[in-house]
Amino acid sequence: MTLQLSDRDQALAAGERGPAVAMAMRIITRLAEANRARRLIDVTSAHIDSCLYHGDAGLDFAERLVDDGGRFVIPTSLNVATLDLLHPELFRGDAELAERGKRLMAAYVAMGGTPTWTCAPYQLDVRPGLGEHVAWAESNAIVFANSVLGARTERYGDFIDACAALTGRVPDAGLHRDEHRRAWSVFRLEGISDQLLRSEAIYPVLGHLIGRATGIFIPAITGLTPDASEDDLKALGAAAASSGGVAMFHAIGITPEAATLSEATAGARLRLDITIGPEDLRRARDELTTGAQGSLGAISIGTPHFSRAEFKRLAALVSGVTVHPDVEFYVNTGRGELAAAAAAGYLDPIRRAGIEIVTDTCAYVTPIMRQTEGTVMTNSGKVAYYAPGNLGVDVAFGSLADCVVSAQAGQIIRDESLWS
Amino acid sequence: MELNRVLLGGSARGPALVLAEPLSMWGGLDPTTGEIIDRRHPQSTSIVTGTVLVLPWGRGSSSSSSVLAEAIRLGTAPEAILIVEPDDIILLGALAAEELYGATCPVVVVEPDVYESIETGDEITVGEDGSLTVGRRKTTHDPSPSG
Repeated sequence: MTLQLSDRDQALAAGERGPAVAMAMRIITRLAEANRARRLIDVTSAHIDSCLYHGDAGLDFAERLVDDGGRFVIPTSLNVATLDLLHPELFRGDAELAERGKRLMAAYVAMGGTPTWTCAPYQLDVRPGLGEHVAWAESNAIVFANSVLGARTERYGDFIDACAALTGRVPDAGLHRDEHRRAWSVFRLEGISDQLLRSEAIYPVLGHLIGRATGIFIPAITGLTPDASEDDLKALGAAAASSGGVAMFHAIGITPEAATLSEATAGARLRLDITIGPEDLRRARDELTTGAQGSLGAISIGTPHFSRAEFKRLAALVSGVTVHPDVEFYVNTGRGELAAAAAAGYLDPIRRAGIEIVTDTCAYVTPIMRQTEGTVMTNSGKVAYYAPGNLGVDVAFGSLADCVVSAQAGQIIRDESLWS
Repeated sequence: MELNRVLLGGSARGPALVLAEPLSMWGGLDPTTGEIIDRRHPQSTSIVTGTVLVLPWGRGSSSSSSVLAEAIRLGTAPEAILIVEPDDIILLGALAAEELYGATCPVVVVEPDVYESIETGDEITVGEDGSLTVGRRKTTHDPSPSG
């Protein structure tokens, strides 16, 4: 059961490529030993979550790697960071936070990271395929890679993302291995209206419900419409990875390792077998709201980052709409999707309506919102989950259409018929 | 008590803080104060500093590694973490802090029955080998002063 390092691994650990790589190999080795891995394996790409500033520990780590000559050896994308470098005027934090955040971003670019600054690396032109091993951090990216792409990444946190990028190696453990990718719980949708099943709003709500119930155990889901879009599955996974520790799900008949329920469970004895009806979804939706009665302060959508397809929908919804002067409305996205949406002509109507576009970061992880009074409305299960703690605000969950209607009215308006 | 699986070894001692639900450190712990800030968590506003934190499993964000490392750097972290399901994200925060600052926050996997048996306030001693000694908190039936 002991870990066997290859000759190459041992040379890296011994410092052949310098102290940064040696430290990276030391951390990978200790993680491998803790996970009882027998060997390390190659990964083809890394996605770095560590580039968002949370305090000097992360900065000390990154700058030590740079000072010690660290250089990434595999294609490496970078997650959202503290600043929107395309729209720096949006930042409302203090100068010290800006300076530290910028230094952290610079360190990861200096090591060879591609300045993608997005939490949705699966929206980039090159993405991993079925069975491909990668080292992705950022909880929503992890769950998307495993579930929707069928690529293989463990539920990685900060630090190991950079270690993998510096060495191209990770422990052969967890979700890299077949036996850890089967479902342990089943959630069966029953009696849900066609209207709700066809709405994008069911996905974050369902994700929130499943994450709370299943914790870290891989869930299988039956009863979703077979034409669920990547954006739908993105929203489901992000919410399940917020309320729970979900790193992979199987949507039966939709995701690539789950043609049937028996394929997804691989004969494993289930820990949970739960039927979900309309009342369960309504209750989960209500859990995502802490302040539906208060005044509306801001709306934030695009967590995870808005896709070009979502821009297309939003552009159609905001036709003839003007955001109420007392309401701030943000849409968060990555540079690649922003460029694609601009080329397709989606951005003009959105900007004309008074919606502000945020890139490189996200309005709930860094100080962007002008006012701290009033409820923040969102169509994101992830924002609804974290914003009360992160921003100290009340949140209201609504569909994308609800958000647009509310923005114009200057108060929270939600189509309740969807949930009845 | 039998030996437990050690993810990161070290000795530590402190009063147990037993979490009824899993916790994402990012969005759940303020590293500058040690306070649990997940407003949906049943132990929201509890302080983890100096405790032996006992939890079922981790939840949520990859950034929890950075938040734990920062809490260890600032001295607001728990003395040790006992967890039922192994969690790379929590372990990595402790590993990175040890590499950077030489400060050790042991992380030990415990069986579900151990998690169930420990109560908040119990005095826990964690040995290098993952052994645990649990000194029972004075209960409300015992009028003698605690501590």
